[in-house]
Amino acid sequence: MITIDNISKKYGKAVVLNVETITIPKGQSFGLVGNNGAGKTTLFNILLDLIRPTTGKITNNNVEVNTSEDWKNFTGSFIDESFLIGYLTPEEYFEFVGDLRGMNKADVAAFIAKFDVFFNDEIIGKKKYLRDLSKGNQKKAGIAAALMGNPQVVVLDEPFANLDPTTQIRLKKILKELTDNKEITLLVSSHDLSHVTEVCDRIVVLDKGIVVKDIETSAATLKELESYFSA
Amino acid sequence: MISHFLKLEWKQFFRSAAFGKSIGIKILMGFFGLYLIAMFLFMGIGAFYGLKKFFPEQDPLVLVNAFLLYAIIGDLIFRYLMQQLPVMHIQPFLTLPIHKNNIVHYVLLKSSFSFFNVMGLFFYIPFSLVLIKEGYAVPGVLGWCALMMLLIQSVNFSNFLINKNKTAFGVLFVLLIGFFVTQQYQLFDLPGTLGKGFDFVYRDPIYSLLGLVLLLVLYQLNFKQLRSLVYLDEAVSQKVKEANTADLSWIEKFGDVAPFIKNDIRLIWRNKRTKTVFLMSFLFLFYGLIFYTMDAYKDSLPMLMFASLFVTGGFTLNYGQFIPAWDSAHYKMLMSQSFRYRKFLESKWFLMVAMTTLLYILSFPYLYFGTDIFLMITAGAIFNIGFNSLFLLYAGSFNRKRIDLTKGGLGNTQGTGATQFLIIIPLMLFPMLLFWVFDKFVGYNSGFVVVAAVGITSLLLKNYAMNFIEKKYIKDKYVMINAFGKES
Repeated sequence: MITIDNISKKYGKAVVLNVETITIPKGQSFGLVGNNGAGKTTLFNILLDLIRPTTGKITNNNVEVNTSEDWKNFTGSFIDESFLIGYLTPEEYFEFVGDLRGMNKADVAAFIAKFDVFFNDEIIGKKKYLRDLSKGNQKKAGIAAALMGNPQVVVLDEPFANLDPTTQIRLKKILKELTDNKEITLLVSSHDLSHVTEVCDRIVVLDKGIVVKDIETSAATLKELESYFSA
Repeated sequence: MISHFLKLEWKQFFRSAAFGKSIGIKILMGFFGLYLIAMFLFMGIGAFYGLKKFFPEQDPLVLVNAFLLYAIIGDLIFRYLMQQLPVMHIQPFLTLPIHKNNIVHYVLLKSSFSFFNVMGLFFYIPFSLVLIKEGYAVPGVLGWCALMMLLIQSVNFSNFLINKNKTAFGVLFVLLIGFFVTQQYQLFDLPGTLGKGFDFVYRDPIYSLLGLVLLLVLYQLNFKQLRSLVYLDEAVSQKVKEANTADLSWIEKFGDVAPFIKNDIRLIWRNKRTKTVFLMSFLFLFYGLIFYTMDAYKDSLPMLMFASLFVTGGFTLNYGQFIPAWDSAHYKMLMSQSFRYRKFLESKWFLMVAMTTLLYILSFPYLYFGTDIFLMITAGAIFNIGFNSLFLLYAGSFNRKRIDLTKGGLGNTQGTGATQFLIIIPLMLFPMLLFWVFDKFVGYNSGFVVVAAVGITSLLLKNYAMNFIEKKYIKDKYVMINAFGKES
């Protein structure tokens, strides 16, 4: 589904990302871990064609992301709060994103209804603008919007950060269900090792822009990651 | 303790966003500040002689005193609208080992040095100096001047007491009108009576100490009020406004541009700065009144053309020049969504055209000034719709400055760069020049015709121009994402 081919990003002389090849098959849930500055967000930004790589290319479902924009039709993403439009209410934001993703009002309403439990009565009908929501609630809205319009690829940067424990558990459930039938390719990054090992089939560890581990998740994975990061 | 605070103030001042601005804006803002100061100075020095000239029998000081009440209430109303106690800044101090009393004193004292308090001094001090020079008793003048300063400070602290209390504001307004009416119809002259009090202070300066008493009382009241509110859920909280969700479904008939138009309307209405731009564009409607009524401009047709462009162009100019920086905060998100860039641009274009049309309709009363003026406004409106809207969209692709919509409205220059200065040339000077050339060398009506023709031609070429503009935006996408991502 996604091929990362010789991607590197340099700012001046500093190399922030240098990935040789990663191929992510359709339906895989792919986890990206690494300390601050490892290049996780940079990689996602390049995948979403928000910054240009210095070398290499990424193809998303056979679409080269920086030459065609067709990938946008089947890719949903949430990187950070700048993906929200602060002066809209969550409802209006969902309506806007829904419009762009070809959903009508009824579709949007049905979609939102599915997230009732996840939102926990803190998002819908609160008469608040997104900018006035707490960080955690902003994240909830952003993640939900990323899943609108049946995307085949979902990219979430640090989806667990700022969420309360209940919501973290609910999000894990949602993400697992998402990839259950191996139709949707999921890419998440996280600082929380236990969450990623629980959600992802495969985990790649980045360190200073370089892939240092590429693991199929198994019972031993969490231990392996913990020992790697405590070294 | 004080030195700590002073050091912080120093850093805050020199590291503030205002100082990070490009040199051009700094100079411009500097000039604006100097201009204001100069105006006040000029008034302070000139007031005495001006009053003397127009009312030779009366004592200028007595005249000024008789109107001081208006100045004080006017000041209070102005501050009510503009000035707020800088409480948010103290949040980081709350958990540090600093006595809360000190924090409160600090906030209150800091407000004493605000721009609003300093400005008045540029009037009262030169005015007092002139009085002394003109042979008024020195102790009397000094006492009077001291009283003025104390009153300014008292107004400062009264403002925080009535802060954002709508009833108090209403009362002030009614008082102001009431004084004026009662004075006008000679029922009762409170400003004049109070003025006598000020005259008395001049004669017996020791009574200026009453001002000090007033100030101390107000300060104490402020202190008490604020001291009890130094909590995160009280004074130091950021007020969250309830969302107003007007039904905008009628826009849906505009087809696939509709989501963006809806967004833009919400953008304009829900953010201070854009709202200011929107409301200001109606003020620009009156711009013509200044020019059309002044004899100096009667024969200067290009100047009248200039004014005419502004009459209908207020919105297009002020909103258009910051496209797409209005969307800078969520530009990344927009760029990861699937839509044709064209739709985004079309919605901005649509807004500018719709607003220009509306303003044009509202400008019909200018017919009063004759058909020539009205033709000029019409030509200007066509030019704004046809040429300026498209040109501003194109110019927008050069915008590289982030605008933070949550920051204030009036006087906020965030997002201003060289682009904003350069675009004035084609927007304003080009039609003026066109008008002038044709008017001068071809004949009177050709001026209108040519300016309007440029507008219509641009409108006809819109599709072609839009293709070109769209390409430019797509080409500059990464640079813009990067620039808009940076805090300004």
